[in-house]
Order: sequence, then structure tokens, then C-alpha cells
Amino acid sequence: MAAINVNGKALETDAAPDTPLLWVLRDHLGLTGTKFGCGAALCGACTVHIDGEPARSCQVALADVGTRRITTIEGLSADRSHAVQKAWLELDVPQCGYCQSGQLMSAAALLAQNPSPTDADIDTAMAGNICRCGTYNRIRKAVHRAAELLKKENA
Amino acid sequence: MNAEVNSLTHNTRRDFLKLGVLAGGGLVLGIGLSGCSKPAAIGAGGQPVAWLRIAGDNTITVLVDKSEMGQGVYTALTQLLAEELGVALEAIRVEAAPVGAVYTNNLLGAQITGGSTSVRDGWEKLRKAGAQARSMLVQAAAAQWGVGADTLKVDSGAVVNGRKRLTFGELAEAAAKLPVPTEVTLKSAKEFTLVGKPAKRVDTASKLDGTAIYGIDVKLPGMLHGAFAQCPTLGGTLAGFDAVQAKTMPGVKDVVGTDNGVVVIADHYWQAYKALGAVKIKWDAGANASLDNDAIRARLRKAATRNGRSVRNDGNAAAALKGAAKVVRATYELPMLAHATLEPQCCTADVRADSADVYAPTQTQTIAQATAAAVAGLKPEQVKIHTTLLGGGFGRRLEVDFIGAAMVASKAVGKPVKVIWSREQDMTHDTYRPPAFDTVAGGLDASGKLVAWKLDLTGPSITARMFPPVVETAIDPFAIEAASNYPYDVPHIAVNYNREEIGIDVGYWRSVSHALNCFVAESFMDELASAAGKDPYAFRAAMLDKQPRFKRVLDEAASRAGWGKAPAGHYQGIALMEGYGTYMAQVAEVSMKDGTLTIHRITCAVDCGQMVNPNIVDQQIEGSILFGLTAALWGDITLVRGEVQQRNFDSYRMLRLPEVPRIDVHLLESSEAPGGVGEPGTAVVGPALANAIFAATRKRLRSLPIAKQGIITV
Repeated sequence: MAAINVNGKALETDAAPDTPLLWVLRDHLGLTGTKFGCGAALCGACTVHIDGEPARSCQVALADVGTRRITTIEGLSADRSHAVQKAWLELDVPQCGYCQSGQLMSAAALLAQNPSPTDADIDTAMAGNICRCGTYNRIRKAVHRAAELLKKENA
Repeated sequence: MNAEVNSLTHNTRRDFLKLGVLAGGGLVLGIGLSGCSKPAAIGAGGQPVAWLRIAGDNTITVLVDKSEMGQGVYTALTQLLAEELGVALEAIRVEAAPVGAVYTNNLLGAQITGGSTSVRDGWEKLRKAGAQARSMLVQAAAAQWGVGADTLKVDSGAVVNGRKRLTFGELAEAAAKLPVPTEVTLKSAKEFTLVGKPAKRVDTASKLDGTAIYGIDVKLPGMLHGAFAQCPTLGGTLAGFDAVQAKTMPGVKDVVGTDNGVVVIADHYWQAYKALGAVKIKWDAGANASLDNDAIRARLRKAATRNGRSVRNDGNAAAALKGAAKVVRATYELPMLAHATLEPQCCTADVRADSADVYAPTQTQTIAQATAAAVAGLKPEQVKIHTTLLGGGFGRRLEVDFIGAAMVASKAVGKPVKVIWSREQDMTHDTYRPPAFDTVAGGLDASGKLVAWKLDLTGPSITARMFPPVVETAIDPFAIEAASNYPYDVPHIAVNYNREEIGIDVGYWRSVSHALNCFVAESFMDELASAAGKDPYAFRAAMLDKQPRFKRVLDEAASRAGWGKAPAGHYQGIALMEGYGTYMAQVAEVSMKDGTLTIHRITCAVDCGQMVNPNIVDQQIEGSILFGLTAALWGDITLVRGEVQQRNFDSYRMLRLPEVPRIDVHLLESSEAPGGVGEPGTAVVGPALANAIFAATRKRLRSLPIAKQGIITV
């Protein structure tokens, strides 16, 4: 059994050490909000935070996680109250929604680093997240809106 | 799927089409307990209707018959019902409907989500169901109060009599005992309070916290996981396999063969995926062992020399071309494309001796049910289809090829099994958008007026495989869209269609033949305008006096885009189309620097008739434009020895945020019948963009993708 810290909880898993974090989360821990899209770090659907940094969970083996703290979409907030979730809801961003867990995790990580991102900053930070439905312009608007909400929260 | 199953599926599809003919005549009643609809929706104190349940605690549940794949049907169809029922959208919860004849899509003849038909099919049905339920609730209240039903009003989920109120929940049990009224009066457009309003989607919240359940997320007690490998050669089969080593690997429970693949079943997906790599598989490549793009192109090119079947014939185009002062001819070739839904194909099956449950992200419940039953050796009515959310559809999930392996696997191990395709399996085993080889000619008179237009289409038929009876006598209607309805006022018009199969299955891909034919027709209109020395917008507008809806969107798009007034160094291209009852024009604005393309803006004007939810229409138009843009820039599926060369998003490129241009969508007020909005945008953006590139470079793009035409797309 390996110890793993997910969404603030100390958990244990019997997954083999080479199992990608994505499948540990989905199959072993039942956290299916993190999505499988490509298995090759090309689409961003599996984005989680590892010690606050965005990471493609399909490319991180369980053995390499160690004691680092994992945050998934389920742990971004307890009640959809993170600024990116509020902004996404306000602007009705998702269509099929399959990529949106990854989009939200990338956006949340961006805003944690850069509270006032420009369009170019957003483009750079979000370029690894594919949305096949084409919600991109709403995503860009929603990141700006989330930045505003965060400023109000911190004011 | 083996040949037997294939033929079963085809026969089942035949039956659907017969049913469709009947259903198309309006015999399907969207509510109530008619002979063919199971009273599946009855609950204690509930409402005996196929479309909604009202429980005593005021929980109102709408059973949506169409699959939610991002296009907003859970919201828009619920809005239609809520409008007539008299409740707020937020007061309703949505559930996926089971399989049932009552849910037959009248436009397609089976329970299918596709062809941008959802609102068009549901427009009457769901409003009528809401009105019928409302009438029953009002009658129940009238009986309870001993007053006339016509003295009562409905307000936010309650029937009101002066200051007295009875909630729908309080009335549900009594209402359920009343006969379903056959005649109800529906609101006029002027009375709408919900329909036409940009309501927020009902499914957004669950897509922001990981609680939305897609096909890939299904969890059942005791469920095992399957990884699937199919013959790399399209159409090839499984010749044999050696799983001795794989079966020794951790978690592996079994390894089973299907007709064209191998499933490894394990406790967890990663175990199954790893063990799949250890199975020694022998494939029979079959007839496509040497198939490649050159062979397909040669086949289409040769077929194009035949005289096709006539789709449309106004006047005498051949003679008019001979007599024209100037004749322009061109050949267009378009590539195959993958759907590439972000959720890979997947299915969970729980097969038992005499029944089965199938959890599938499907666009076609009836065919999914028939297929699952055939594979498991069950009757369709023994198979329950649970429709999950779809992580993208775009036509891919009209196929049922992702169901068989889960059925075989579950049956073999006697437990529920979830089979997930890898991205590589998904990309290399799609049913691709058909390629096309089209020739087109136009004749101008001495004044530059277009007097003759002739289009000859050549390509394989999707419908011939999917719904064979349709093409027994008629031309595949999904091969000639945006060609047969060529809108311009030209005296001599001929459209012909040459069906030529290419050895692999092709599939319905967002906007289907619109994306092929609109590219050809609207690119060529630009060629004609150029040959006539006329402005592309003015050239089109002059031929649309008899087509006010086309003219309106063309004028609107041109005006909103500032046609002819682009900044220095920017160039514009324009295109238009009618598809799915929706009229649309787009203007693309681009610039070129050192051979590199920059797309600055796409302006789109849309007349889609009466809108149900402009918020969703806006989403769909913008998303469909970007879907078409991705294809126009980079989409190209290539074959070598019958194997698809594109395996993941590195070789099959998707548009990403930094590449997304400004999109301006202008939705025009219209009282016409609702049109479909999920698809037309995809078809129009390609020619608008190619025409803008011509304006910038004088280089005419007669094949796609743009990135393979000597243009750098970064």
C-alpha cells in the first residue's frame, strides 16, 4: 500500500508504483472528475495540481508522487466556490464539459501565480488544454472574470 | 462486430426506417399511455407521461430523449416543456430517457440525436407534453375545489384560485388518474416567457466540480475494466492471439477475442492496458491491406468520369455552358477527417443470462440496444440502455462499434466490465468523414452574369451502410446537402452525384456533406466572381433577390464585418449556406505575412428561425465555427497499408486557445420555424476562410487542409 495525499486527505492505495496518477485517482480512489483524454500530455483533460503546480496526471507515476499534495477538481473547493468555478458558472462556459475539469485546474493554477493575467498570459497558461467543443472564447473571458472575483475576495 | 451481428444491425435499421416513415407522418404521440409507450414514468403519485414525472414532494423530472453531448438539449428541451407546464427551469431536474418507441425522433425514425434535429423534433412534442400535463393538473385542482377549470391559473408550479394554491406535487396523484387530453392549445410566440430567453444551462454546475457522469465515469459494484486493441488495418479481423503471458500479469482476469480485436479484462484499467501490450495478436488485414490515400483518390477520380445520378436539373446547364461567353472549371478534393471526441469511445456492460444493462455515451439508443442485444444473444427488450453524458458526439456516437467489446467481455466474465479505448484506438478506428472529389463549372455571359452552374459530386455514401433502405431508390440525402439547395438565381443549374465506395466505413461528421459541398460551392462562387471581375459579396447578393433569408444573413454578415473596409493588410472572404433550416453567412478576416496566415476575426450572421435559447445558440454557433476551423486548417486522415497514420493529438491537430480568433455571432430575430444550430457553422467557415486567403494571396485553395497547401498556419 502506498500513502498519497489527495485533496487534503491522507489516503492509501494498492495501485502498482508505475500506475499513472490519473488512473490511481479515477480507478483506485474513485475520483472520476479528472478525465482521460490522450494519455500523452497532449490534451490537458487530466490536469491536477501537485503542490499547487498544474500537472498532467497521465504522465506522473504513483511512485513519483511521494508526499506531495495532490488537488483534483473535486478538491478545488468544497462547494463550487472557487473563483474559477463561479466565473465558469456565470459565463456558462461548458458545452460537453469533458475538458472543463482540466481547464479549471489550469486556470486556477494560473491565477494563483498571476492574479491579473493578460490575454497573452492566459493563452500561454491554457494552451495545453484542448476543448473540442470550442468554448475557448468563453474560457478566456471567464479567466478574466475569475481574476476580478479573486480581487474582490481579497479586498 | 461479426458479419452476423452486422446483418442483424442492418436489419434492425431497416425496421427503424419503416417505423420512421410512419413516425414521420406524425403518428407518434409524445405523451401518455398509447400502445407502444411503456408507462415507465409512473411513480407513486406521479404523472403517467413519457416526458415527465411529478412527485408528491413537488420534484419535477423531465425525461429528455436526446443525448446531451454539449449541444444543450437537456436545457433547451426542458425549456420547451417548462414553458407550457408553467414552472421555472430551475425547478426541474433532468433525467436521460430510457429506450422507447415514444421517444422516436420523427425526423430520423429512431431514437437518435443527430442532424441538428433535437429542437425541430421536440418543438411540438415537448410543448404539447407540458400543456397536457398542465391541463390535467388544472382539471384535478378544479375537481378538488369544485370550480370550472377555466377559472384557474397556473403560477410557478402551482394551480391558483384567487388566494388558494395547490402545488403540482399536491395535485399529481389526482391528475395522474385523469385521461390525457388529446387536444391542447399551445402558447403563441408572443406568450412565451421562457422560450426565446437566454437561460443558463441546467448542466453547467455538475461540469465544474467533477460530479457530471460521462460514459467513462460509470462505476458499478464488482465492475472490472477492459482495454481494447483492434486490427490496425481498417476492416481487418482477429486471426488469433496468445495471452499466456498477459494472464499472469497483476489484476488480469481474462483475455477475450472479438471479431476484430482483443479485450484484456482486469481489476483496474491500467493493469488491463499494460497487459494488452503483452498479448501476442495475429491479425488478418483483409481487403484493405494495401489501401492508401492515393488508391482512394484514384478510385474517386476514375468514378468522377462517369455520369452521376441527377440531383437537380434546372434548364439545360450543359448547353448553357457551351454557349457561355466565359467558362470556369475547377476540381476540388477534400480529405477524410476524424471526429476526435475528447472522451474516447467507451462502454460499460453488465450482461446476465436473461438481461443486460448497458451504460453508454450513445447518440442512438435504439440501435445501441439492438446491437447490444445481438452481441449478447438477448432480445432488445432484455437490454436496458442507460445514456450517460457524452464527452462530445459530433456524429461519432451514432456508431455502435464501442458497445460490442464491452458486451463480449462482460458475458465472458459474468461481471460488469467497462471498456475504454485508448486515444490511439479511437483515432485509428473512427468512421471518418468521407473524402470528396468534385468538379464544378460555371458559365458567365458577356456582362459577367452567371448563367449556368454545374456541380458533379463523387464520394462514398455513409447512409448506404447506416440506413441501407434509404439509398435503395433515392440518392443518399446526406451526400448532397448544400448542393441540391444551391440558392443563387441562375437559369441553368445541374447537380449530379456519383456514389463510389472506398473500402472503409465512412461516418456522419458534424454537418456531414454540408462541410464538403459548401466548401466547393462557395469557394467556386468566389472563383466565378473573380472571373467576372466582381466583388464576391456583390456578385452573390445580386443573385439572391428571390431568397430573402439568404440575402438577409449575407447583408448582415457583410455589414457587421465591415465588408470592404478591412484595415490595411487585412483581407476578407465571405460564404453562405442554408442547412438544417438555418440560414447563415460568415466573413473571415485574415492577413498574411511571409507566407504565415493570421485569422483576425470570423463574423457570423444567423437566421435560425424561432430560437429556444439564444445563449445555447451562441455557444453552438461559436463552437461549430471553431470545429470547422480546426478541420480547415489541419484536418487530414491518411492511410498507409490500410492503417490510419494519425494516432493522437500530436499528429491530428486541434485548435488551441492561442490560435482562436475573435468570433462575432449575430443572431437575427426570426419568427420562422426553428432551425438546427449545432452544425451549419462548421460548414461555412472553411470557404469563408479560403476565400479570404485568396483575397490576400490570389492563391485558390481547392483542397484542404490549408496547412498542406503551402500556407503556414503556425
